[in-house]
Amino acid sequence: MIAWRAYLAVGLGSALGAVLRYLISLAMVTPAFPWATLAVNALGSWLIAAFAAYAARRTTGRVARWQPFLVAGFCGGFTTFSLFGLEVLRLLDAGVPWRAGAYLLVSAALWLTAAWHGDRVGRRAAALN
Amino acid sequence: MVVDWVTLGLVAGGGALGGMGRLAVSNAVARRWGAAFPWGTLAVNLSGALGMGLLAGLLGGPGEAGPAWSLAAVGLLGGYTTVSSLSLQVLTLWQQGRRAATLGYALGTLGAGLVALWLGASLAGGLS
Repeated sequence: MIAWRAYLAVGLGSALGAVLRYLISLAMVTPAFPWATLAVNALGSWLIAAFAAYAARRTTGRVARWQPFLVAGFCGGFTTFSLFGLEVLRLLDAGVPWRAGAYLLVSAALWLTAAWHGDRVGRRAAALN
Repeated sequence: MVVDWVTLGLVAGGGALGGMGRLAVSNAVARRWGAAFPWGTLAVNLSGALGMGLLAGLLGGPGEAGPAWSLAAVGLLGGYTTVSSLSLQVLTLWQQGRRAATLGYALGTLGAGLVALWLGASLAGGLS
């Protein structure tokens, strides 16, 4: 793909992902624990792994064409490491270190479990078609 | 829940720029350091964490309701950094049997990312 088209696809996907992440954060205002970011990052991890596993077995055609928009674009803009880290720091700063630790551990565990499960689903979907 | 179109536009614009910035930085780093280890995503997440620390120190607290926060934090840096690539890369390194690289990448991102955030916030006057 020509470079500027990849940038355009990634920019559009990332804008869409960021807007959706913002809307979810508005819908899930939970001051004590950052559930919205946790949900977004887990969901994005599932989606990227499912798509990558599927696309690895479908290297041509429509699936490959959607990769920049969906993977580096949507999944990349939807999930966020910087806001996650800020929330960990804020919980520490607020004097609830055990909650900060729980958020950190639950996040990392959920991201990886989601990626592992998405990978399995993507492989199975590719084998079916 | 109140949604206003200006804020949505700022988040979308910031998110688009952040995503394209992530692509540019991760491509440049991969060309320089190779693609065997996810240096590109690591560089993106650590620089984004430093930026978010600086921003939270400068604008944090009440400023988070304003347009600057929507554009720069929720849109730009939120879209620039990523967890999805991180998760997929950790899974891939693990499946390749590279246990030390898996642990180093996962713990390195989390540890250095939090330090970068804290450093940025400290430089900008601390979290508010």
